Amino acid sequence: MSEKNSSVLPTQSKQTTVPIDWSYAEAPESISHVTFNKSYGLFINGSFTEYNENQSFESTNPANGECLYRCTEASESDVDAAVKAARTAFEGVWGNYSGTQRSHYLYRIARLLQERAREFAVLESMDGGKPIRESRDIDIPLAAAYFFYYAGWADKLSYAFPGKTPKPLGVCAQIIPWNFPLLMLAWKIAPALACGNTVVLKPAETTSLTALKFCELLQDVGLPDGVVNIVTGAAKTGEYLVQHPDIDKIAFTGSTEVGKVIQRSIAERQLPSTFELGGKGAFILFDDAALNEAVEGIVNAIFFNQGHVCCAGSRLLVQEGVAEKVIDLLKKRMQHLIVGDPLDKNTDIGAINSKEQLETIQRYVKTGIQEGATCFECSSSLPTSGYYFPPTILTGVSQSSSVVQEEIFGPVLTIQTFRTTDEAIEKANNTPYGLANGIWTDKGSKIFYVGSKLKSGVVWSNTYNKFDPTSPFGGYKESGKGREGGLSGLHAYVKLDNNGGVY
Amino acid sequence: MANEQTNHPTSQATTMNSIPKTYKNYINGEFPRTESGRYYSVEALDGKHIANVGLSSKKDVRNAVQAARKAQATWAQKTAYNRGQIMYRIAEILSGRREQFINEMILLGYSQEAAELEINACIELIVYFAGWTDKIDQVFGSVNPVASDHFNFSRHEPVGVVGIISPETPSLLGMLGLLLPNMVAGNSQVIIASKQFPLPTCTFAEVLATSDVPAGTVNIITGLKSELIPPISQHMDVDVLVGDVSLDTEFRVLCEVESASNMKRVYFWESFISLDELNSSPNETISTCVHSLKDPYHILHVQEVKTTWHPISE
Amino acid sequence: MIDRIPIDAVGVQERVARLCTRSIKKESKLQALDLALRMMDLTTLEGSDSEGKVRQLCNKALHPYTELPNIPSVAAVCVYPNRVALAKSILKDSSISIASVATAFPSGMSSLQIKLDDVNYAVSEGADEIDMVISRGAFLSGEYARVYDEIAQIKEACGTAHLKVILETGELGSLENVRMASDLAMKAGADFIKTSTGKITPAATMPVVLVMLQAIRDFHVATGKKIGMKPAGGIRSSKQAIQYLVMVKETLGNDWLDPSLFRFGASSLANDVLMQWVKEKTGRYQSLNYFSND
Repeated sequence: MSEKNSSVLPTQSKQTTVPIDWSYAEAPESISHVTFNKSYGLFINGSFTEYNENQSFESTNPANGECLYRCTEASESDVDAAVKAARTAFEGVWGNYSGTQRSHYLYRIARLLQERAREFAVLESMDGGKPIRESRDIDIPLAAAYFFYYAGWADKLSYAFPGKTPKPLGVCAQIIPWNFPLLMLAWKIAPALACGNTVVLKPAETTSLTALKFCELLQDVGLPDGVVNIVTGAAKTGEYLVQHPDIDKIAFTGSTEVGKVIQRSIAERQLPSTFELGGKGAFILFDDAALNEAVEGIVNAIFFNQGHVCCAGSRLLVQEGVAEKVIDLLKKRMQHLIVGDPLDKNTDIGAINSKEQLETIQRYVKTGIQEGATCFECSSSLPTSGYYFPPTILTGVSQSSSVVQEEIFGPVLTIQTFRTTDEAIEKANNTPYGLANGIWTDKGSKIFYVGSKLKSGVVWSNTYNKFDPTSPFGGYKESGKGREGGLSGLHAYVKLDNNGGVY
Repeated sequence: MANEQTNHPTSQATTMNSIPKTYKNYINGEFPRTESGRYYSVEALDGKHIANVGLSSKKDVRNAVQAARKAQATWAQKTAYNRGQIMYRIAEILSGRREQFINEMILLGYSQEAAELEINACIELIVYFAGWTDKIDQVFGSVNPVASDHFNFSRHEPVGVVGIISPETPSLLGMLGLLLPNMVAGNSQVIIASKQFPLPTCTFAEVLATSDVPAGTVNIITGLKSELIPPISQHMDVDVLVGDVSLDTEFRVLCEVESASNMKRVYFWESFISLDELNSSPNETISTCVHSLKDPYHILHVQEVKTTWHPISE
Repeated sequence: MIDRIPIDAVGVQERVARLCTRSIKKESKLQALDLALRMMDLTTLEGSDSEGKVRQLCNKALHPYTELPNIPSVAAVCVYPNRVALAKSILKDSSISIASVATAFPSGMSSLQIKLDDVNYAVSEGADEIDMVISRGAFLSGEYARVYDEIAQIKEACGTAHLKVILETGELGSLENVRMASDLAMKAGADFIKTSTGKITPAATMPVVLVMLQAIRDFHVATGKKIGMKPAGGIRSSKQAIQYLVMVKETLGNDWLDPSLFRFGASSLANDVLMQWVKEKTGRYQSLNYFSND
């Protein structure tokens, strides 16, 4: 017994104790109840087309880099068929349904998703690499919640737009990213259908599986043919969809770079559009904050979903007086983060979605170090196969560092300090992005002061990375246009009488 | 204005008891000449010279945007009540100078009736929007019942700096239909005035200058759309472009394409009435136009929704 | 004298919820069950505690489950002062410590002198550990110095016996008060801080324990001293016990996964741990009929 331990109880001497190195045994989620095909066609007009080997691509499981299934890459004529099916369904069926009828289908979708939640969670983790804890507790339940929420709007739309008679837009082209595949699908499809639109949706090429499984669910629901069409493929397929002359609306979630390309390409048609793009959120931590909770907030802000989150709090701005303490607490906390098999229930950080993304993250961290940053990584061991990156913090960075300016889209946090409230606000806003920011302080009036000055669509105060179907989400500046979720989310999918304005 | 230097070319309209005015830009609460030194002649329908108006350049756009950026927070941070009062004050001042605007409109080719109806409509529209400043969040904001222990609310905030491309006619109402929702929103703006009928908009600057509107909140420049739309739509510090649906397709597409550079919000709505229509059926066209412009959803176009979360605990 | 540290209860609850998602299986579960048993303060604190009842409890402490001879014994038994001598006589040759509540337990509503006498009596009867209660009334009315002085004097009276300070968190009203009381107790000389008497609901809750563990961590950083933690009351299932161990590991590290620094104050928990143990070994779900109910 050391001097320091002089306060320990007498059991130490009475009972022989072996120092324990307690670690968690493997706790893999069962995959025995989950089935999927080795290859998929496209979902057009209520049924799957024949898988086309000559026009196909593979999707890998990022946890081991092996091929999981193959998809058909939708050609121009496939996309055309999907848009035609959506048009026919809009004009012949869905557009004429009453709100009550539409709501019944949406409620059933929500219910079936809840019933099959675990299956979808496992598939999401296998396909995208996210830990089962997140797909099980966040992605899939939230996706169901979005359908449930918008189901209830379908027959109440006139109350959403005082003084107006909302009408559907028609055929909506929707393109979603790989970081929250099914959740983003729900964000897009639920409000579109609630408002009476039909949909052609393209999932990201690395994560098509839950969208394709979702089609099975639609068949079980008996959703009329053509109301939802899913075309798989990469950029080319997306281009065919965006360029299609018979679409009435574009909803895109993805990088700012691609968003700008789409905006330019639809300029001549003046199509209604909504964009959810990149971000570089600041996490402003004042010295009077609840520091333990704030440290947990930082973990949620940047290490959630491997940092593949557009609204991630990727820049920690911490007030000088507590910087040392916060960094120390954060490092301690990071030692308990487990990087590993996405399907293990104890995994905190799963696999990076693709080899390309892993290389991007590695490149950024290398650049950061070259620019003078000090790097600290969590000590968890990494699996030997597959694409993994440890949670990382970079200190000694400055506002001009590329790791501070650019979106890394990985589990990498930069840490800067500030002295005054206004300095923090200025640093937080000093970016072309404006999706989300966090404020941590125990002082209520400061929250409203700082919150009102932050240029971002979401302000998380004393919390971070929270999502809810009733809560609008979307960006200022180059982080996007329009909102998804809540009442505002309906605006994106209706036209209102008398003014030709669409929002 | 009366004791201002008048070194513009002598106008034929000069008479003993009426001194013609030099029409200048309005930037940061001041009336500078265009940096370019160029001008164009505004003529009546019969070809008679009325006034020389500045042919502004991209540097004027730059200066105006700079002024707007500087002023934006000042305008936005005023209380909603205060912004409403200032906007109401604009209506009061405009009302007092009613005759001046009617005369200018008639010079440009308006019938007496059309001119009177339009200025009445302008006053009505300003009062209408002045009343929205402290109501927009009450009608369109929300407290969102999230499924966790958090208080969550969404409110509307200004987007920032707006480029406003005025329709040619109605000469004042068309511009106001685009401007007023932006003022309610808390934005600051750079207005490109009507090319053919700029005088009422230029004179409106004098109303603004005497109405407690903070300098730089509204900036007005005159000139050619072909010279002014490119720099304003390409400007990286402009957040929104608004215009009227009558704008030439070429310019409208330019706005849409260039908006991608910094993801500007681009909105076009209807405020156009041709001079012929104004003169032939002033009552009907103006009341239809006012009805269409009295739409609070235009305010929502030029605002951002900000959603704030906070935990609820002991 | 003690800083008020801001705490956000929703954030604490979220951290707890996340800790509870840890899935402890196979060998790590056996390890945890073994640990939980070794960390147990088998407790009886009833007005009806007779000699027979205490004798029974001590026997259970010595032989938790006769079917498995190598099963570890518990850390301590916890009894009222007037039962200490009896417990001592039964357990004197074992590794099991005798803990006694004192200081006008459970309310603490008496004079300091009576509290000190209570402690002296328990120590003289042979108690190895003293579980005292703080004066919550004084704490809530801001008399922090009084609470501090009481603890310090009782610590002195303990002599070589170790002092566990019961905060009775169910009466403190907020997590911020829990944190403040923890800091105050540690500063005044507590060897352990303990949540509850078991007489007030809520007793130990996971958010409260997390806040106390964080206080212990910060105290260790500041002073180098390792203070122990004892949640007591309301912990009935092995699952709960394992969740607490996860919390200890991820807040304080493996160093604290030792009976010298972490205890469970419980009575019915022992049998549930034993049943889970046997289930892990045999693969069969167990019945309480096969475990002695002491």
